[in-house]
Amino acid sequence: MKTILKTLAAALAVVAVPAAAQTVNAGKYQVIIGDCEGCHGKDLAGGVELQTPFGKLVSSNITPDKDTGIGNYSAEDFKQAMTKGVAPGGKRLYPAMPYPYYAHLDDRSLTDMWNYLKTVKPVKKSINVNQLRFPYNLRIGMLGWNAMFFHPKPIVQDPAKSAAWNRGAYLVNGPAHCGACHAPKNMFGADKSTALTGTSLQGWFASDLTGDRHAGLGAWSVADIVEYLGTGRSNRSMASGPMAEVVEYSTSQMSNADLTAIAVYLKDLPPSRGNGGAATGVDVQMKAGAVAYDISCAACHGRDGKGSAIFPPLAGNANITQVRADTIVRMVLAGGKAVATPTAPTGPGMPSLGWRLNNDQVANILTYVRNNWGNQAPAVSPETVGRIRGSLRSGS
Amino acid sequence: MARLLPKKDAVIVGLGWTGSILAQQLTEAGLNVVAIERGPWRDTPTDFNIAYVQDELRYAIRKELFLQPNVEAMTMRNNAGQRALPMRDYGSFLPGHGVGGAGVHWNGHTWRFWESDFQIKTHLTRRYGAAKIKNLQLQDWGVTWNEIEHSFDAFEYLCGISGKAGNIKGQIQAGGNPFESPRSREYPTPPMQMSYAPSLFAEAVKGMGYHPFPTPSANLSEAYVNSLGVRMGQCTFCGFCERFACGNYSKSSPQTCVLPVLMKNPNFEARTDCEVLKVNLTQDGKMAKSVTYIDATGTECEQPGDIVLLCAYGLMNVRMMLLSKIGAQYDPVSGQGTVGRNYCYQTSSGARMFFEGKHFNPFIGAGSMGQSMDDFNGDAFDHSKVDFVGGAGLNCVVSNGRPISNRPTMPGSPRWGAKWKQATVDGYQNSMGFSAQGSSYPVRENYLDLDPSYTDRHGRPLLRVTFDFPDNDIAMSHFISGQMEKITKAFNPKFAAVSRIKKGWDSVPYQSTHNTGGAIMGGNPKTSAVNKYLQSWDVPNVFVIGASAFAHNAGLNPTGVVGALAYWAAEAITTKYIKSPGALVHA
Repeated sequence: MKTILKTLAAALAVVAVPAAAQTVNAGKYQVIIGDCEGCHGKDLAGGVELQTPFGKLVSSNITPDKDTGIGNYSAEDFKQAMTKGVAPGGKRLYPAMPYPYYAHLDDRSLTDMWNYLKTVKPVKKSINVNQLRFPYNLRIGMLGWNAMFFHPKPIVQDPAKSAAWNRGAYLVNGPAHCGACHAPKNMFGADKSTALTGTSLQGWFASDLTGDRHAGLGAWSVADIVEYLGTGRSNRSMASGPMAEVVEYSTSQMSNADLTAIAVYLKDLPPSRGNGGAATGVDVQMKAGAVAYDISCAACHGRDGKGSAIFPPLAGNANITQVRADTIVRMVLAGGKAVATPTAPTGPGMPSLGWRLNNDQVANILTYVRNNWGNQAPAVSPETVGRIRGSLRSGS
Repeated sequence: MARLLPKKDAVIVGLGWTGSILAQQLTEAGLNVVAIERGPWRDTPTDFNIAYVQDELRYAIRKELFLQPNVEAMTMRNNAGQRALPMRDYGSFLPGHGVGGAGVHWNGHTWRFWESDFQIKTHLTRRYGAAKIKNLQLQDWGVTWNEIEHSFDAFEYLCGISGKAGNIKGQIQAGGNPFESPRSREYPTPPMQMSYAPSLFAEAVKGMGYHPFPTPSANLSEAYVNSLGVRMGQCTFCGFCERFACGNYSKSSPQTCVLPVLMKNPNFEARTDCEVLKVNLTQDGKMAKSVTYIDATGTECEQPGDIVLLCAYGLMNVRMMLLSKIGAQYDPVSGQGTVGRNYCYQTSSGARMFFEGKHFNPFIGAGSMGQSMDDFNGDAFDHSKVDFVGGAGLNCVVSNGRPISNRPTMPGSPRWGAKWKQATVDGYQNSMGFSAQGSSYPVRENYLDLDPSYTDRHGRPLLRVTFDFPDNDIAMSHFISGQMEKITKAFNPKFAAVSRIKKGWDSVPYQSTHNTGGAIMGGNPKTSAVNKYLQSWDVPNVFVIGASAFAHNAGLNPTGVVGALAYWAAEAITTKYIKSPGALVHA
């Protein structure tokens, strides 16, 4: 019974916030914006595996443990790692740690963040970070990478735009590092451009966030984006896969003002080149897809594709009409679970249908879904489905 | 030597409806809670995959979601003069197994018992005199309607029940059940749409002056956001409810209604594939100190806790009490002892009618899509001129048109070959039925105890069920069958048959999973095992929650009452017990 009484006493205790704690609280918010938990884990002790085209990286321990974490860092060491990608002793970090984005953090934010990280519970956990293939496992190579691709330019404030837009530009291109997933990459894994036109990543397609009507967020309102980022769901889509983690650890804990700023900025991005437009010459696929859709999909997503309060719509859902269909093929084959957040706790799941539907059926259904109810996107081929099925099997 | 684990505030045995509701309410109140569940973890997208969840052979015939007798069996006999034999397969009833328990594979009929049920002895004595019920062991539940109404409301708004109120705060509502006790507000979602058979039933009985209304359903008529913020979908009438899990979030269950929130609570932990062997008491036997269980690796563990909540299936709650010596075994001869007392079942019968040229399309089905009438239920009608008390709800529910088990044929049809096939085709579209769910009232000689001969895989005695239909219930059921025969005439069928119950309960054919009693609630520790808050009279840090607490069974499905009792007990624990641990009622 003692534990019960203790719990009650703790619940009744008034939590005071001394002035010195303000920087810690501000730092905690920086950790949220930067989605540090997304890679370093809920306890920040690392060990989360990241599959890259160059092999496996494992996130490091950033708790203040002296032996295995960053307990021996100075404030300056921390700032160097965050903004230059250089750890104490001159060790070059890999840009899976998004220092090209964190380079935009100002000194105040970095100080706050450091003050917060010092208060985190130290965890003793050694991590073998570098499990990349040769020659990528040679950190010296990062010197050349940085020389070629790491030229952080300050994020220019545009006085002609609103304060929200400018805050959004800073968050998106700075600490929230949206481009780390949503910007196309070159063969060296560096951003080809800063345009958030979407790219394939870890077996998913990180969506086009520009203003294109079908491939991007052109049809979404600011409120749709805010709700999606804040709760993991909106009447347009639900977050799953890697984005579910971003919502859980980062955006669902951001302030409404910051989410609005992000949405305002994204809504102002010029449209990408789109997804290539509606599929043509696919009457046979569309007909077969319509039948298969009614049998396998309509019970939840509706014959009108509008979904319901629990199931995401397919009509007008930007994830459906991306230029590449990786995400939706994967969803049908392997299933997936939507993120659960305090305000949208359900976290409904899509069951795996891969064992029941063959490649042709999946291709037909998705071509139908991508070109029905006002959606427009290129057809999905059985070969694409087969390729993704193969990569799911091999676990890569 | 059992592995001793760190102490928790509350240890819950069983993670079904009651366990998940108690866990959610207690963790919300700040307690550290662990639930220990004998069966496996199961969740909607991973285990109730819409692509195979409608496999009738796997789930309905081979019963994949149910308790299997090699895990726990029971012995049964009709009277104390017989030697009880173990059930080699569960037949008459099918207990659940695994996370969600029977809440996974129920049909979803969600009833409230009536005001007169909670004070049944007082009510019937006042109306008919004590002599009328002298052969029955009826007793008041210790809780009154006004006290517990809000707990029914809490469960219904957790589940999103689809229905039409018949009585809101004493005002009779058109289209609802005029015999129900006053509820504080309307159902959370409107009634389901009806297919042909229930519509026809409602029309026929209305024409006879009765009062049909939509069966209150946990298969939701529309999408719903529940009291915990969890979203549910609209039922698709797939016809795979009973014996199946719902793949599209439209049947209320612990998985669809509670677990998404509960599992995120940092002060909650679920341990699955862990079988609790017994509750360990202090040396004087007055307090529970821990439970002993065997985990998935076969390791014996001891989990200490300040409170122990027995939230297993009702029959298993009773067995756990007996194995742990919580309270004294009921003795039907002396009437002494309380654990095992007032075991009741359900007294069912059915009507089937055959027509020509109809298209009932029973494949459009849902566990609770139907019309009901309570004109002959409980004490809705005058019993002064009949030789029984109690009654039955009549339900015309089209739960399914599944291909293996739903093949009604006209009596006299060939049993095999092409003509049989033709008869099943005709019967499928041309027949409909309705059923009576009759009350089961306690008698001195129906009870539960531990079997003296048979043991389970751990060497523990099995539960022994001693039961037969009491004369009162047989008389009640025959009266109801007579009424059903009259009702079938209103349909003008080509052929109609109504079943009649016989003495000699048979545990083989499926009848009902509504086992009640054995650890009943009440106001007197001499005649009840738990007090009005479901707290053991003998071991006050043990609460026993479930249909085991029913002092009798009414002509209504029990789950709505079980859910209400879970909320009722949770409220007592969080608002009374943790402030002042000890007996909440001093008798």
